Amino acid sequence: MSNQKDEKKTNRRDFLFTATAAAGAVGVGAAVWPLVDQMNPDASVKALASTEVDVSSMQPGQSLTVLWRGKPVFIKRRTDDEIKKARAVDINDLKHPEKDEDRAKNPEWLVMLGICTHLGCVPLTDKGDYDGWFCPCHGSHYDTSGRIRKGPAPTNMEIPKYEFVNTNTIKIG
Amino acid sequence: MSNHEYTPSSKFGKWFNDRLPLLTLANHLTDYPTPKNLNYWWTFGGILTFCLITQIVTGLVLAMHYIAHADMAFSSVEHIMRDVNYGWLLRYVHANGASMFFLAVYIHIFRSLFYGSYKSPREIIWILGIIIYLLMMAAAFMGYVLPWGQMSFWGATVITNLFSAIPLVGESITTWLWGGYSVDNPTLTRFFTLHYLIPFLILGLVVLHIWALHVPGNNNPVGIDIKKPSKDTVPFHPYIVIKDAFALLMFCIVFALFVFYQPNILGHADNYIEADPLVTPAHIVPEWYLLPFYAILRSVPDKLMGVVAMLSAILILAALPWLDTSKVRSAVFRPLFRQFYWILVADVLILGYVGAMPAEGLYLLIARVATAYYFAHFLIILPVLGWKEKTTPLPLSITEPVLGGSPNLAAARSDEKIEKTIK
Repeated sequence: MSNQKDEKKTNRRDFLFTATAAAGAVGVGAAVWPLVDQMNPDASVKALASTEVDVSSMQPGQSLTVLWRGKPVFIKRRTDDEIKKARAVDINDLKHPEKDEDRAKNPEWLVMLGICTHLGCVPLTDKGDYDGWFCPCHGSHYDTSGRIRKGPAPTNMEIPKYEFVNTNTIKIG
Repeated sequence: MSNHEYTPSSKFGKWFNDRLPLLTLANHLTDYPTPKNLNYWWTFGGILTFCLITQIVTGLVLAMHYIAHADMAFSSVEHIMRDVNYGWLLRYVHANGASMFFLAVYIHIFRSLFYGSYKSPREIIWILGIIIYLLMMAAAFMGYVLPWGQMSFWGATVITNLFSAIPLVGESITTWLWGGYSVDNPTLTRFFTLHYLIPFLILGLVVLHIWALHVPGNNNPVGIDIKKPSKDTVPFHPYIVIKDAFALLMFCIVFALFVFYQPNILGHADNYIEADPLVTPAHIVPEWYLLPFYAILRSVPDKLMGVVAMLSAILILAALPWLDTSKVRSAVFRPLFRQFYWILVADVLILGYVGAMPAEGLYLLIARVATAYYFAHFLIILPVLGWKEKTTPLPLSITEPVLGGSPNLAAARSDEKIEKTIK
């Protein structure tokens, strides 16, 4: 066999090696995936998808923190002054340019995830250089629209999916 | 390897050893030739082994009482403290043991840096050591999460969020690590499992670390190779064993001072408040042994680059054998390196200090300068030093500096055994 001319060409044995290795890789992959995927959110975690909040007692200037999917959600009933401040900003000055109109469909109500986009701490309400939120962990300042203005956080605080079920109730998720 | 031709004296020993050469291994370990000029900075290897065993043993018994569930973890730790017989002692030894472990490992690492123990032919020992150090940090971090106090919860949140800095897949990785949309019960149970596993991985790596050490043998304060094993070395047992034992005793006194007199001084009061996902403590600080890296993380104003800088600060150590271009190992013969070494020690201590302070104003400025210097030390100073520095003459052997000034200089340089000449 070694004397034959086609010595250097791929032969049937090479094909077998490649096919065996490929089948083996697929098999190992299929066996490993359940071990990896079991760590992803399970059905019971995913089931806790939405929360309804009664906001009828909230006065302008007040804020409320509720838990949704294990995360705090800030609901803030903004004062006229706070709305004015948020809308007066030139969005070209922002690190993560977003209009306040897009973040708060109903200008009086700001609903957002109360999680600093830097490393996940809960910012303090009505604090910081822009009178919005201030994260005590690494010093990120957010304005009255929850947009990042100063500090290490890369983006604005996230707006979750929510809707007003009626004038007094907000459904998050 | 010292003694290949070892044969056990007893008949049974010989029979057993022919089938499983455990006695040959034991003989190698006791007779292992060790440089006779090792100072007390070399006793921390033994101390670290003691620390690892202490953590495994106390951890094992704590796990018999601890409950890894978000609703019960906090109270089960209080149950250990109040109800379990000697539970307070076991927990305080385990918690302070982690700090003692890091104290010892930092001394061990800085000893290596001073005496050039990471240089050829000991690069693999060094890299194994860095892997052990990384695993220690992972184990310590996950262990700190288990009591499910405020610092546990928010420390876990901040550290797992580091992964969200990875572009594109960051968010999915973080969700995967959490097993949910925030740090919660699934996170706690998996951290407990991994916290239990990692010490045994470390144990395996320690075996490799010692194995790799026993191939070239120990470095020593003079940093030169052993010339004449008969004169320059002593057997590990009893000489090094007794020295290590004495150092360990001294170390245990310090350990006991923490455990019995100030068991909470290295912890944070906030961790005696149960985890609350709605309230972040005013000032999140990691344990003291992670502070320098935390300072590096915070000194970079960009999220992704901050994480990259922090990880690089650790991983750069693995490249150290190739960054330090000097052929001379020990700082004793490197006058310039010696000064830069102490500046690096000061730099790391400063980073640790500002890591504990709020990230603003002067502290932030200091953190930035110290971070820049840290990287400059490894990437600029060390490569250039090896090329520019004029080192002082190395002794001919380990024995020479000891007998150098004595009338026995001739003896020190001769091939004869010293014992004979001294007689």
